[in-house]
Amino acid sequence: MEAALHAAGRPPLVAITLDGRAHEAPAGSTLAALVASLGRAPHDVATAVNGTFVARAERAARALQPGDAVLLFQPIVGG
Amino acid sequence: MNNELLHADDAWQVDGVRLHSRFLLGSARYPSPEALREAIVASGTQLVTMGLRRGPQPGGDDAFVAAVRHALEATGARLLPNTAGCYSAHDAVQVAHMARELYGTRWIKLEVLGDRQTLQPDMAGTLDAATQLVRDGFVVFPYCNDDLVACRRLLDAGCPLLMPWGAPIGSGQGLLNPFALRTLRERLPDATLVIDAGLGAPSHATRALEMGYDAVLLSTAVGQARDPVAMARAFRLAVEAGRIGWRAGVMAPRERAVASTPVEPVAPGAARP
Repeated sequence: MEAALHAAGRPPLVAITLDGRAHEAPAGSTLAALVASLGRAPHDVATAVNGTFVARAERAARALQPGDAVLLFQPIVGG
Repeated sequence: MNNELLHADDAWQVDGVRLHSRFLLGSARYPSPEALREAIVASGTQLVTMGLRRGPQPGGDDAFVAAVRHALEATGARLLPNTAGCYSAHDAVQVAHMARELYGTRWIKLEVLGDRQTLQPDMAGTLDAATQLVRDGFVVFPYCNDDLVACRRLLDAGCPLLMPWGAPIGSGQGLLNPFALRTLRERLPDATLVIDAGLGAPSHATRALEMGYDAVLLSTAVGQARDPVAMARAFRLAVEAGRIGWRAGVMAPRERAVASTPVEPVAPGAARP
């Protein structure tokens, strides 16, 4: 399937999960790019990949790998 | 009338920050953002807790989060992020780091829960997470049980205070084990102790402060009251009353009656009672 898409001129994709749901991102893209593609401002969310916090300053260097589990966190009210 | 106790500077301190309010307030389960904002103001609190959640929040918490931020701007109160919903030290540590980045504070109310029904703290996990977070530069407010030995370990790990539960989170049952709480107070005389969880009525808060606890944290009792703003004020007064009472010296209970009015016999020559 991926080869067929590539042959058709479509950019390859990397399969990840985002907040527990299947998601595809352009191959070679970064965590920072993913956050931006979702329309989220960098300071509005915190990120974790595969259960580990990734600081905002490190997102641009964090390339997404197949199977990565990305979680986005945001402020909520709480006790 | 001696007004010293009413006007004395009776602040407590955490991380070099002096706090005059002994009422920490959670921000959950309010009927409206307006009620939340007004309750924060009415409470006089200087510490408001908030959390983090993963995933999109459709309809979300945005208005409530904004209400908290507005109230903090108006009152000068600080945010105390928490790791609510974490069931492992690993998760709590990750959430704490995310909270520090999102909220811009190194203060963290640490919750590592051990049971999804009782929501009681996992003390081993709490100690593990606290140790890591102290090493990472956090000021850790650990939600804990009333086990003296486990609590001492948290202090030894570098937590500046303890937050033992009064009763299960959200249960409103008050101080279920006053003996254990008194033991903690007596055996840890120099520790800052904040009752966290399970308070339901203002009188519970008064009792906690009368026992010598330094502060209380509660959320559901205010948010779920019929009138959260009035309840926030009630708890504020209750906390103040308990603190003044403790400083004034609560009398020790007695087993026998002791007349508070000197009684003289009415009939001359009759025996004195």
